[in-house]
Amino acid sequence: MISIEGLNKIFSLNKKKIIAVDDLTLTIKEGEIYGVIGYSGAGKSTFVRLLNRLEEPTSGKVTIDNREITSLNPKQLRLARQEIGMIFQHFNLLWSRTVEDNIAFPLEIAGISKADRSKRVQELIDLVGLSGREKAYPSQLSGGQKQRVGIARALANNPKVLLCDEATSALDPETTNSILNLLVDINQKFGLTIILITHEMHVIRKICNQVAVMEQGKIVEQGNVLDVFTHPKKSVTKKFVEQIMGSSEADEDISNLIDNYNDGKILRLHFLGETTNQALISKLAKKFDVELNILQGKIVQTQAGGYGTLFVQAKGGIEEINKAVRFIQEETSVEVEVIRDAN
Amino acid sequence: MLTELFPNIKLDNLLEATYETFYMTILALIGTCILGIILGLLLYLTAKEGIWQNKYINLIVAAFVNIFRAIPFIILILLLFPFTDFLIGTIRGPNAALPALIIGSAPFYGRLVEIALKEVDKGVVEAAKSMGAKTSTIIFKVLIPESMPALVSGLTVTAIALIGYTAMAGVIGAGGLGNYAYYFGFQRRDFDTVFFCTVIIVIIVFIFQFIGDFITNKMDKR
Repeated sequence: MISIEGLNKIFSLNKKKIIAVDDLTLTIKEGEIYGVIGYSGAGKSTFVRLLNRLEEPTSGKVTIDNREITSLNPKQLRLARQEIGMIFQHFNLLWSRTVEDNIAFPLEIAGISKADRSKRVQELIDLVGLSGREKAYPSQLSGGQKQRVGIARALANNPKVLLCDEATSALDPETTNSILNLLVDINQKFGLTIILITHEMHVIRKICNQVAVMEQGKIVEQGNVLDVFTHPKKSVTKKFVEQIMGSSEADEDISNLIDNYNDGKILRLHFLGETTNQALISKLAKKFDVELNILQGKIVQTQAGGYGTLFVQAKGGIEEINKAVRFIQEETSVEVEVIRDAN
Repeated sequence: MLTELFPNIKLDNLLEATYETFYMTILALIGTCILGIILGLLLYLTAKEGIWQNKYINLIVAAFVNIFRAIPFIILILLLFPFTDFLIGTIRGPNAALPALIIGSAPFYGRLVEIALKEVDKGVVEAAKSMGAKTSTIIFKVLIPESMPALVSGLTVTAIALIGYTAMAGVIGAGGLGNYAYYFGFQRRDFDTVFFCTVIIVIIVFIFQFIGDFITNKMDKR
C-alpha cells in the first residue's frame, strides 16, 4: 500500500545541515494502523509531511497505492493529495467557516457539485457524531469536536490513507480516547490505512497494529506493537514502554511480596497479547482446587489483546498447583514463571 | 439658527462639497482596496517560505511600496500631475484627484494587507495544501476570508487617512470639503465656514469608523 524507500530530508539552517529524516525505508500494508512514535525533534512530523510532500524530500521514493508520489508534477500531486486525508494537532480549521462549510471545503476543491456536497457533508457529520452542530463555528466547539470536524474533513473525498500528525496531543485523556475510538471505527468500516504520529505510547498501545520508533531521523525499531512492547531493544523504546507499564525496576522489586506472603507458590504471569483466555484467573479457580490471590500487576489492552504482568499467590495442594501451572503453560499463551515454590 | 451661527455658509455649496468628498473617498477607497490587496498578496506570497517565493519580485514590490509611502502626499499630487493629465484629461476636479489618492494610499494599505495575511494560521494554509488546493483557491478561500476582519479594520484606517488626503487634494483644486474650507473659508476670512467644514469631516470620519468597526465585529467568528 505505502512503500517508502531511502527517504531523506535535510534542512539547511544558517549553512548548517540538519538531517531531519535519515534514509528511511518502510512498508505499510493496506488497512493497517501504523504508529510512529518519537520524542519531539525525532523527525516524525517531518516524516509524515514528506508522505504528501508538504515538505519536499531531499531524496528517496514514496509510493502510495501504486502511485509514486515523489515523481508527480504539481498538478498530479494536487489530485493525489485529494486521496490522502490529513489531520493535525491543532486541527487547522477555517474559523471563518461553519462546521459544515469546513467539511465541504475539500469537496469544493475537488469540484463536487453543491447538491452532492451537502449530501456528503451530512453523511460525514453523522459519521463523526456532530449532528446538530452543523451551523456552529469552530470557536464554539470543544477540542474533541474540532478534531471530529478535522477527521470528517479529511475523509470527505474518500481517501485511502489518513495521515495523523499528533492528532490527539492537544486533547485531554478522555477526549483522546474518544477520538482514538473514532479512528479505529473508521479504520474498520472503510479499511482505511492510517499513519499516526505521536509521542504518547498509550495512543500506540490503544489503536496501532504496527509501530516504528524514531530517533534522530532514523527508525530504530519497528514491528508489531506487541513484539516491540514485550521485547524493546533500544533504550528509547524501553522508555516509551515504561510510559505505560511503569518502570521495570518497580516490577522487579518483589522481595517484599515474597516476605509478606509466605505460604503457597508465587507465580508471575506474563500476558502477551492474550485474547482467548481473558478469564484465566477464574478459570483456574474453577478447574483446579487452588486459591488465587492477586498480589500485584498491571495489564494493558492493545489491539492484539492484553499485555502485562500479574503476580499471583497460589495456595492449595502442591499437586493441584502444579496441574494449574501446567494448564497455563499448555493451554494458553500466557507465560508462567514460578517465583517461589511452596514450602 | 444655522444662518445666525454660520452666516457665510451656503447650503447648496456645502452639500456639493460634501458630496465631492464622499465621491473621492469612496472611489479612491475602492481603488485602494483592489490595488492594496494585490500589493499585499504579492508581498506575502513572494516572501521567504511563501507560495511564490521570489526574492526579486518581493524586492521590487517592497521598493515600490516603500518609495510611495515615503513621498509626502501633497508632493505626490504635484509629481503625478503629468500622469493624471494623461489618464483623466484634466488636473482639476474630484476625478483628477483619484490617481494620486489611490497611488498615495494603496502602498499603505498594501502593508496592512501583508500584516493581516501574515496573521493567518500557517497550519490552515498547510491543511488546504494537504487537500490539494490550487494557489488561487488558497488565496480566495483561505487567505482572504481568514484575514477578513484585519483587512476591513485596515481598510477603515486607510479610509480615514484618505479623507485627510482628499482635503489636501481639495486645496490644490480637487474640490470637496477641503477645497471649500480653503477657498470659501480661509481665503475670505470666513472662519465659520472652516469650522463647519471641520465638523462635517469629523462626522464623516466617525461614520467610516463606525461602519468599519461594525463590519469587523460582525465578521470575526474567532
